[in-house]
Amino acid sequence: MINFLAIIVPVLIVILLARPTGLYVAKAFKYERTGLDKVFGPVERLIYKAGGIRQDNQNWKQYAGSLVLTNAVMIGLVYLIFRIQAYLPLNPSHVANMEPTLAFNTAISFMANTNLQHYSGESGLSYLSQMIAIVFMMFTAPATSLAIAIAFIRGLTGRPLGNFFVDLIRSITRILLPIAFVAAFVFIAVGVPQTLEPSVVAKTVEGAEQIIARGPVGSFLSIKELGNNGGGFFGVNSAHPFENPDNISNMLQMILMMLVTTALPFTYGKMAGNAKQGRILFVSMLMMFIVTLGISLTSEYAGNPVLNALGIDHHQGSMEGKEVRFGVAQSSLYSVVTTASETGAVNTMHDTLTPIGGLITIGNMMLNTVFGGIGAGFMNVLMYAIIGVFLSGLMVGRTPEFLGKKIEGKEMKLIAVTMLIQPLLILAPTAIALAVYPETISNPGFHGLTQALYEFTSSAANNGSGFEGLGDNTTFWNISTGIVMYLGRFFSMVTLLAVAGSLLAKKTVPETTGTFRTDTGLFGAVFLGSVIIVGALTFFPAVVLGPIAEYLTLKP
Amino acid sequence: MSQRKSMMDGTIVRNAVKEAFLKLDPRVMIRNPIMFVVEVGFIITLYLCFDPHAFGGEVPVWFNLIVALILLITILFANFAEALAEGRGKAQADSLKKSKTDITANKWTGTGIKQVPSTELRKGDIVIVSQGEMIPGDGEVIEGLASVDESAITGESAPVIKEAGGDFSSVTGGTRVISDSIRVRITSDPGESFLDKMIALVEGAKRQKTPNEIALNTVLMSLTIIFLIVVVTLPFFGNYLNVEIEVPVLIALLVCLIPTTIGGLLSAIGIAGMDRVTQFNVLAMSGKAVEAAGDINTIILDKTGTITYGNRMASEFIPVGKETVGSVAEWAAVSSMKDETPEGRSVLELMKKQGLSYEESIAEGGEFIEFKAETRMSGIDLKDGRKVRKGAVDAVKRWVEAQGGVIPSDLSPKGDAVAKQGGTPLAVAVDNRIYGVIYLKDTVKPGMKERFEQMRRMGIKTIMCTGDNPLTAATIAFEAGVDDFIAESKPEDKIAVIRKEQAEGKLVAMTGDGTNDAPALAQADVGIAMNSGTVAAKEAANMVDLDSDPSKIIEVVSIGKQLLMTRGALTTFSIANDIAKYFAIIPAMFMLAIPQMDALNVMRLGSPMSAILSALIFNALIIPLLIPLAMKGVAYKPMSSSHLLRQNLLIYGLGGVVVPFIGIKLIDLLVHLWV
Repeated sequence: MINFLAIIVPVLIVILLARPTGLYVAKAFKYERTGLDKVFGPVERLIYKAGGIRQDNQNWKQYAGSLVLTNAVMIGLVYLIFRIQAYLPLNPSHVANMEPTLAFNTAISFMANTNLQHYSGESGLSYLSQMIAIVFMMFTAPATSLAIAIAFIRGLTGRPLGNFFVDLIRSITRILLPIAFVAAFVFIAVGVPQTLEPSVVAKTVEGAEQIIARGPVGSFLSIKELGNNGGGFFGVNSAHPFENPDNISNMLQMILMMLVTTALPFTYGKMAGNAKQGRILFVSMLMMFIVTLGISLTSEYAGNPVLNALGIDHHQGSMEGKEVRFGVAQSSLYSVVTTASETGAVNTMHDTLTPIGGLITIGNMMLNTVFGGIGAGFMNVLMYAIIGVFLSGLMVGRTPEFLGKKIEGKEMKLIAVTMLIQPLLILAPTAIALAVYPETISNPGFHGLTQALYEFTSSAANNGSGFEGLGDNTTFWNISTGIVMYLGRFFSMVTLLAVAGSLLAKKTVPETTGTFRTDTGLFGAVFLGSVIIVGALTFFPAVVLGPIAEYLTLKP
Repeated sequence: MSQRKSMMDGTIVRNAVKEAFLKLDPRVMIRNPIMFVVEVGFIITLYLCFDPHAFGGEVPVWFNLIVALILLITILFANFAEALAEGRGKAQADSLKKSKTDITANKWTGTGIKQVPSTELRKGDIVIVSQGEMIPGDGEVIEGLASVDESAITGESAPVIKEAGGDFSSVTGGTRVISDSIRVRITSDPGESFLDKMIALVEGAKRQKTPNEIALNTVLMSLTIIFLIVVVTLPFFGNYLNVEIEVPVLIALLVCLIPTTIGGLLSAIGIAGMDRVTQFNVLAMSGKAVEAAGDINTIILDKTGTITYGNRMASEFIPVGKETVGSVAEWAAVSSMKDETPEGRSVLELMKKQGLSYEESIAEGGEFIEFKAETRMSGIDLKDGRKVRKGAVDAVKRWVEAQGGVIPSDLSPKGDAVAKQGGTPLAVAVDNRIYGVIYLKDTVKPGMKERFEQMRRMGIKTIMCTGDNPLTAATIAFEAGVDDFIAESKPEDKIAVIRKEQAEGKLVAMTGDGTNDAPALAQADVGIAMNSGTVAAKEAANMVDLDSDPSKIIEVVSIGKQLLMTRGALTTFSIANDIAKYFAIIPAMFMLAIPQMDALNVMRLGSPMSAILSALIFNALIIPLLIPLAMKGVAYKPMSSSHLLRQNLLIYGLGGVVVPFIGIKLIDLLVHLWV
């Protein structure tokens, strides 16, 4: 019963919060004067003035250019901080400078909202790096993707794209910062540390010396979850008692992870002036979420068949790699939430999930449309919607239209290359890793294959969770995942914004009974169909050789 | 077309088979990248037949050979589909070329006639064509009147009248004058004539990919590359697991996954769509125009000739004063006995319809008085001296008054009532006595109302243009069920309406035949000119209707929609098929190394080899099985888009998932007898 509630309550809260949050986001990005200007206006104006930001509308090239350049500068800055952190202040634990390939990987990782960590937070980063570099990017990265998602929606709905810098700043001042600020206090209240003191040295009962790492975790944690960043302050992430002390902190983390990404369909519905269409996308994604959650729970509760066959009590389900304080229910839910929202925070070892539980996490990332990461996920969702609309449009005998704009050769070319990038970024480097660097993979056989596949899937989808068990702090893994994360992040942002730019330039076609309406249940089905057909068909052979083969061979 | 070829006509099929082999040339194949991938797969497996261990494989030679053969057949099927579609056009072109034999023209040199070959005629030359001669080139009649047999182009055997001036002045090269003689000014240079264009069109020589085809092609290419990535990376995955994956098996998987079904049929669908338009005796200048027809939001139609018959028909006899219906009818009939105008004939028809009769002998020996613009009356002067007249109400009124007759007080109101309902009142009088009024009505063609209803369901708005006054226009518009009308319209009004609709993002279609329609035809997204119309109209339009039936625009819209639907449906079908193919090939691929993979063999296929071959055979066979659908197009009935989509998703989406499961299983039952 308590397990059942532990699942139902957070899911219900997420569902209830989605719409109001969505409407708030829509209002926050409105360029016309709103009540919010009174609250945030003064601070924002100060920033615009200091930054010399003219608040003009940009075309898609300017918008994308500003985004890529700004992010590149940030990557450069943060890389520099990592490389010289030993010489900088706020380093009471005397952490050394970061090695170049790891710094390259880490800088991209945080800018790309991935937070793949090939280092361990407590020993690899100084407090300054954590606070200035990491937390800085934890705000700017989700702000970037939220900004571009809003620009993308503006373009689709026939409005000027807006100004990247204004959107970036508003994402932080109006959405991320206020919510993260409040959430941080809650985390601190339930026992998450917030201190600049160095690690504590404790004497255990046996007399051994134990170093207990700590630091400004509370403020770090709230934006880690809210911004779908997922990078842990500590190496073991939210499985660490300081980073996730109890059920309340665990539930709050899941709600924060889902908060903005579940809200965006409603933001979209509001901005498109078609609330129903937004609702249908939300419901479609929620359905995928519930199905994946159901499968994951079933598999984890069934336990490991090999252990079960030995007669070991398994009424708790498969507890390997899970925290006792969370149990199977909250661990499974967390694993589904973190991969659906592309956050990458973990409170359990994904490596030790049952094969099907692991399949669900990897599948969520491959599809990248079960809500997905903040902003970027929703853009991906709309891309699949456009693909679905394209085929359906043909099937009703008209040039396909999306929100009254004709989808023609130019848009489909851009979407076609965007569709390609995900399989290319996941399958090709996995093949290379398996062929050339098998020694870095700790497990042989199917599980090892899954480890490598998971690492690149997590990088390409900008999730950042690890399957662990990889010797991943090597030049190959640092460089390859760095490139995959970068392309996985920015390639589709640019191409999809180009789609929006191209659609924006078109005349709106009036809706008639001959138009395929995109606010019906049928549209939801078409969207789900294209996600499953295109997404699942692409990765079927890979997952058959990974988790599915593992599952089949484990079966007694 | 006079020679309508059936789809499976012997010679066309024979030629298509030949063409299918000729198209194997890689330089031709590369134009269809999807099938080109299959051809590369074929070449690799063929090579493996001679050098089976080239990639270290263990597969028996016979397996390589069978895979290579199936791949070859797959390509041949696709080529055959395209060749078959092209062949039908070519057959038509051949019959057209026959009418393009060299003709000797009688060129007017200014002083006399000089005989020159038709190929030497240039724009602006004047020729004289007499009875029995072929018209040497496209042109305009500048003098005379002749009946012309246009069957070579339209397939319609009844001759048409061509005369100088007006909207029936254009003649087409290759048609024959069967009576009288005309002077024609040539309007096209050699090689650019209507016939030349038509031959090029039906031959498909000028076929360009349409915008939707290009968009779809990019999606298909993208899917092909995705599956190429999947298949190329797979052996690396296998290698890590020490699972040997054979090259021919990988090729089989690739060919099954890439959308060969739609890839093989795509160009056939396009060609066949154009061909269907041609079969319909409409000549589309580009595939783009046909596709655009499917997107039409608004159709502008002329009232006269398109929606109504144009001539007014008697629909009611209305007595005035103390007269009776019978007496009005009787005198109306008498006045019309010798009247050959449609109005006159319709009076007699109405009599018959209403079961009324009259004394025919009264009119015997009478003298028919023709309608004249000055009198605005027609009628008959009877032998006994009585004069019977019917005509415009005010004209008859004056005529009766001049003879001292009394005008019944209800004549004017009854006449006005008819006019208000959109009709034309004709007063009937004998000497100084007025009997009543004939209600002449502009009759809507049968079936038009249903057609407009269909269009409404398709989401198309219809606008009627007429020179009538607003009252009359409104009545006809209501009767025909059009959505909107423009009364007292001038040619420039049409352009204004088209521009207004286009500014709202709508696509507009219109039909026209006159020179003053030309600018509007050019402005419209789909302009259909009547073949009977002027050269200017035909040049401005992007389609020409050889039967000159303006209401055919509706069929053109349907064909345009069908074209897109067929592409969409077969793409969905093709992609949905992949699910079953995966479940056939993936377990078969790994079953030897990982026996537990048998759990994925949901179809319980006989053996790994038979599973792979069955999937490949299904993949090949589905192409010819779908050729008829590609040629005929997906069935289309006008209905709302969500209805249509639900239906097509069910048939081609769900069907696409289910059919291959059944198909592959059935093929496997057979194949498993050997392997």
